Amino acid sequence: MREPSIQRRLLVNGLFRFAICGLAAAALVPLFLILADVFRKGSGVLSWDFLTSLPKATGESGGGIANAIVGTLMLIGIASLLAVPLGIAAGVYLSEVRKSRLAYFTRLAVDILQGMPSVVIGIIAYLWLVRSMGRFTALSGGMALALMMLPLVVRGTEEVLKLVPAHLKEASLALGVPHYRTVLRVIIPCGLPGIISAVLLGVSRIAGETAPLLFTAFGNRFLEFSPLKPVGSLPLTIFTYAMSPYEDLQAQAWGASVVLILLVLVTNIIARIVITRWKIQF
Amino acid sequence: MQRERLFQWVLKAGAWLVGVHVLVISLTLVWGAFPALKAFGAGFLWSTHWNPVTDEFGALPFLVGTLITSFLALLLSLPLSLAMALLLGEFLRGGWLSNFFKSMVDLIAAVPSVIFGYWGLMVLVPLVRELEMKLMPVGQSFGMEILPYGVGILTSSLVLAVMIIPNTASIAREVLELVPADLKEAGYSFGATRYEVVRSVIVPYARSGIFAGVLLSLGRALGETMAVTMVIGNTNEIPTSLFGTGNTMASVIANELAEATTSIHYSSLVAVGLVLFLVTTVINFAGTYIIKKMSVQA
Repeated sequence: MREPSIQRRLLVNGLFRFAICGLAAAALVPLFLILADVFRKGSGVLSWDFLTSLPKATGESGGGIANAIVGTLMLIGIASLLAVPLGIAAGVYLSEVRKSRLAYFTRLAVDILQGMPSVVIGIIAYLWLVRSMGRFTALSGGMALALMMLPLVVRGTEEVLKLVPAHLKEASLALGVPHYRTVLRVIIPCGLPGIISAVLLGVSRIAGETAPLLFTAFGNRFLEFSPLKPVGSLPLTIFTYAMSPYEDLQAQAWGASVVLILLVLVTNIIARIVITRWKIQF
Repeated sequence: MQRERLFQWVLKAGAWLVGVHVLVISLTLVWGAFPALKAFGAGFLWSTHWNPVTDEFGALPFLVGTLITSFLALLLSLPLSLAMALLLGEFLRGGWLSNFFKSMVDLIAAVPSVIFGYWGLMVLVPLVRELEMKLMPVGQSFGMEILPYGVGILTSSLVLAVMIIPNTASIAREVLELVPADLKEAGYSFGATRYEVVRSVIVPYARSGIFAGVLLSLGRALGETMAVTMVIGNTNEIPTSLFGTGNTMASVIANELAEATTSIHYSSLVAVGLVLFLVTTVINFAGTYIIKKMSVQA
């Protein structure tokens, strides 16, 4: 076999580098385009009035998304209340008892839950809560979102607590501090920023979820604070306005998209900052 | 001592509860799907009729729709996401530009799917419609009917492709970073060019991990709901061409569950959900298994 000449090899190498850079740039274009389009078309709609007023009757111009913002915050609140304590307890268990049959099955369950399509989780919440109560409620939506958030909190807590240096724990135990106090006073405070970051990542994942809300929280054009009534939410508002034939509603969907993207990205960025600043300490 | 025991009990209960939830979820799906599976048997998966009016339900159109859109999206996005992974994991390691791109890709992966769907509806659909208008006469001369809907299989695959680029790219990048530096340096010390190192050292080493990343992205594409629902056209028939409309398993559930009136209709939708759940779980497990095996090796 004849060796290819060095010029030829360098040429192939150059072409390869060129192709990689070109394709990677091509991948970035649509991604940037989406962000640019959303902000370009949505920022014109944003105003104080848009954020604080309720939707007007169909055909009337104006109106806002206050119901959706309140609803989204409520759903996030319910989901966090349900998922965070359970997730942290399971995460602490997994980091303390690393090898047991229960730990194995819990990890398996977390893996399954993490990969479960959101629409399937919606079906579950629908079967458990909507069917049995006979109506759409914020509670059922919050529960669906809690199931989506749970694996992130469990995994995040476990990973972060595993990183806490063993000598801290041993020092505490050597001083005669009981195990539970060691966990509560030494291990969890050390890992707290990591746990907070896991919770925030969970919030940023569920804030934009739409599919499970279609048949649980359902949507509501009015302000509603009761967890036992249907509520509106930002992603549902975007969806219904997007599918409507009215141009001013479509414009409002861009505005709601900007609000939702900001909410998701800001929680995501805060989560990342919290975790990187914490890592430096060890 | 009592507090210690209480504390242990709480932790254990937490771990148990997570497992119990998943178990009950699976049982609920089976239980909810049971009436439909009993009524239609295995034919549920093969029948092409989905008609809520006559209460006939077969899931084949949605299986086909899901598989076509997901695989097409994978095919479209693969060259782009692998190039991105190679750029960030090999060519541009470290440095502010690399960090900037990395965090941009991660952030874009967090953009909600309903926004991808809306963008697809407002920006991609008109483009695809124009393309279809141009292709219409060409199609006619081949005896093919192309209707300029704009929405359909092609549009959903494009939106899905854009959505899974960040996923595949970031998993593949992590896998590429696992390739031991001494192997690569051995290649360079023989005078290999970068392309030759990539081709004969990095790719063979990382092949199974990249495959796993692709599987995980496939899992995401299969279960993706909103973006697809908004641009696929929502017709309950087997799609006849790339430009035709259709429905996926996820999108038919999203469309019909809240409005299902007869119990068999609603049970059939749950059965579709059960199938979707099984498929994505198997694919995700294959993906995570390969990645875990690879990280242990490295």
